[in-house]
Amino acid sequence: MKYNIGIDIGSTCAKTIVLNETKEIIHRLLQPTGWSSVETAGAIREKLTELGVDWDNAAVVATGYGRISVPYADKCVTEITCHGRGACHIFGSDNLAVIDIGGQDTKLICVEDGMVKDFIMNDKCSAGTGKFLEIMANTLAVSPAQLCELAEKGGGVSISSMCTVFAESEVISLIGRGESKENIAFGVVDSIVKKVATQAGRLNLQDFKVCLTGGLCDFPYLRQRLEKTLNVPVDACPDARYAGAIGAALSAAAVRK
Amino acid sequence: MADYVQMWKDLGMDLETHDLLCQVLPTAVGDVYLSQENRPKAMDFWDLVISEVHGIRPAELIAAQAEGRKVFGTFCVYVPDEVIVAANGIVTGLCGGSQFWVPSGEAVLPKSMCPLVKASVGARLGKTCPFFRIADMYVGETTCDGKKKAYEILGEDVPMYIMDVPQMKREKDILKWKEEIAEFAKTVEEFTGNEITAEKLAESIKIHNEKRKALQRVYNCRKSECLPISGRDALLMTQISFFDDPVRCAQMCNRLADELEQRIADGVSVVPAGTKRILITGTPLAVPNWKLHNIIETSGAAVVCEEMCTGTRYFENLVDESKTTLDEQFMALSERYMKTNCACFTPNTGRIDDILRLCKEYKVDGVIDCSLKFCCLYDTEKYSVSRALKEAGIPVLSLETDYADTDAEQLRTRIGAFVEMLNG
Ligand code: SF4
Ligand code: SF4
Repeated sequence: MKYNIGIDIGSTCAKTIVLNETKEIIHRLLQPTGWSSVETAGAIREKLTELGVDWDNAAVVATGYGRISVPYADKCVTEITCHGRGACHIFGSDNLAVIDIGGQDTKLICVEDGMVKDFIMNDKCSAGTGKFLEIMANTLAVSPAQLCELAEKGGGVSISSMCTVFAESEVISLIGRGESKENIAFGVVDSIVKKVATQAGRLNLQDFKVCLTGGLCDFPYLRQRLEKTLNVPVDACPDARYAGAIGAALSAAAVRK
Repeated sequence: MADYVQMWKDLGMDLETHDLLCQVLPTAVGDVYLSQENRPKAMDFWDLVISEVHGIRPAELIAAQAEGRKVFGTFCVYVPDEVIVAANGIVTGLCGGSQFWVPSGEAVLPKSMCPLVKASVGARLGKTCPFFRIADMYVGETTCDGKKKAYEILGEDVPMYIMDVPQMKREKDILKWKEEIAEFAKTVEEFTGNEITAEKLAESIKIHNEKRKALQRVYNCRKSECLPISGRDALLMTQISFFDDPVRCAQMCNRLADELEQRIADGVSVVPAGTKRILITGTPLAVPNWKLHNIIETSGAAVVCEEMCTGTRYFENLVDESKTTLDEQFMALSERYMKTNCACFTPNTGRIDDILRLCKEYKVDGVIDCSLKFCCLYDTEKYSVSRALKEAGIPVLSLETDYADTDAEQLRTRIGAFVEMLNG
């Protein structure tokens, strides 16, 4: 058997996917990246060995911001290409607009005929990213998933600061003023959705099937709010958080050829 | 390396801080330049100049000053070198291109100013750049707001002359720029003590046209499918041409072009066949800003053209040499300079025409439009630039960056993805 391995070392989580010759997922691994990408890459290799991966028959492509820290990778491919490819595989379409909300950046990728045609990545700023959600959830002493659930019941609050640090103090003063958790949570999700929508304004989303990938893809409320604001249906599925790793594994299959 | 310490001391430089700069520069040159393979031999001239960038040329300038010549420092390609050289003056570019100077600039300037302005002011105030110490007169211009205001601070302890650059390109603006050039010529005459005659100006115009033609010759070689020179090397040549003597600059560029033309004939390329060809457009890349070229060319693509002031805007368009009176010559100068398409002007559709034309001439696969952080002029033009390119079916990546290396990995991801996209 041949193993096509994709490793996506993101800023918060490392995702690994192993595909067989027929491009079926045979293993999924998810773990925190921790402080050292190199150590994480080592741990992934050990786990894969335990799972019975035959390294003589394996091709490895690394992606994500820690992609250069995988010494046993045959090739590095950027997360933009991988997310585009992976999303096409998951959503079964070669024409997609991919919204990827990752730990430290947000990407919008347009794929036409299976090829990345355009992309936008937010600049040096954590607004509208998973990190933003995580920090705000911490401030409210809930998990990111709970924050999204709370947000569904809230309303009326908007957070004006785009900068995570200032937004955090805004949230703290809202808490101080006695604003309900639900309303603050609403404001947090609202701010992420608005930020993503502003970026998306540069692309013609109406022309595409839109899908959501990355760590926030299993928060249904966030997805609904995105649909409302962007005024297009937004698809998601549980494997979408592995889109980068799946794209890398597909690239690994190509490396072997 | 020759010992320039005494010279730097005499210039009143801050030697301790300057030492730090002297320590980092060789590493940068090594990483970006000397690590390349199969470079044209004629690059040895620029390697030498950059390795002693604060020594060789400053020493020449000081020797010229000892003979009574005056050195003019400039910040924009709109300032007509011809006029200065016609009065036996010397021109040197003064734009700062290193993060090293930014903190000293930030001591007096707002944070939200472009790094080029901050670095230029920092290089002066921090006393760590010999060119800023040597220049007898600074020549500023009313282009962007950041520069206009920075000149007020820069000019506090050095003679500063400001040229009023028009903001539009109507007939009357070209006439106005001609008047500005004529008035500047008077100041240059007074400052140097040398009269500018029509003969001298004609000779100077010729010298500068020859320099432009030589730079263009090198760029023409970059149009070849067989790419004989890297973008990094071509950029270094252009950057140094702002500091060098114009006659020697032309000689060296022609020498390089000879070699490149031979390389093309022999089929010698610096990149494998099929390497994607990138045109960079945007704000100037002042020496030693090689960040973008370095990332692009270590991500599997090649830079074949720069539509920027450290690029084609510097040497495209020649001055009409047929004029014989000063009045006509000033008009010819104005007409040539007003063809330069800078985002300080409105409208500036000529720049888009230039980009589209250059994409064809240089057989470009993709464009990277990059502006310095806080340059709202070029940042705003990205919208129309990318729209025009998309309409023409040319992929474009818009970026914003500054001099610090902190965003290098993020840039690498974007540029890497762009190259992957071009490779399909
Ligand atoms: S970009 Fe504009 S202001 Fe800057 S050097 Fe060029 S012409 Fe002058
Ligand atoms: S890059 Fe922009 S802001 Fe900076 S000096 Fe040039 S025109 Fe002014």
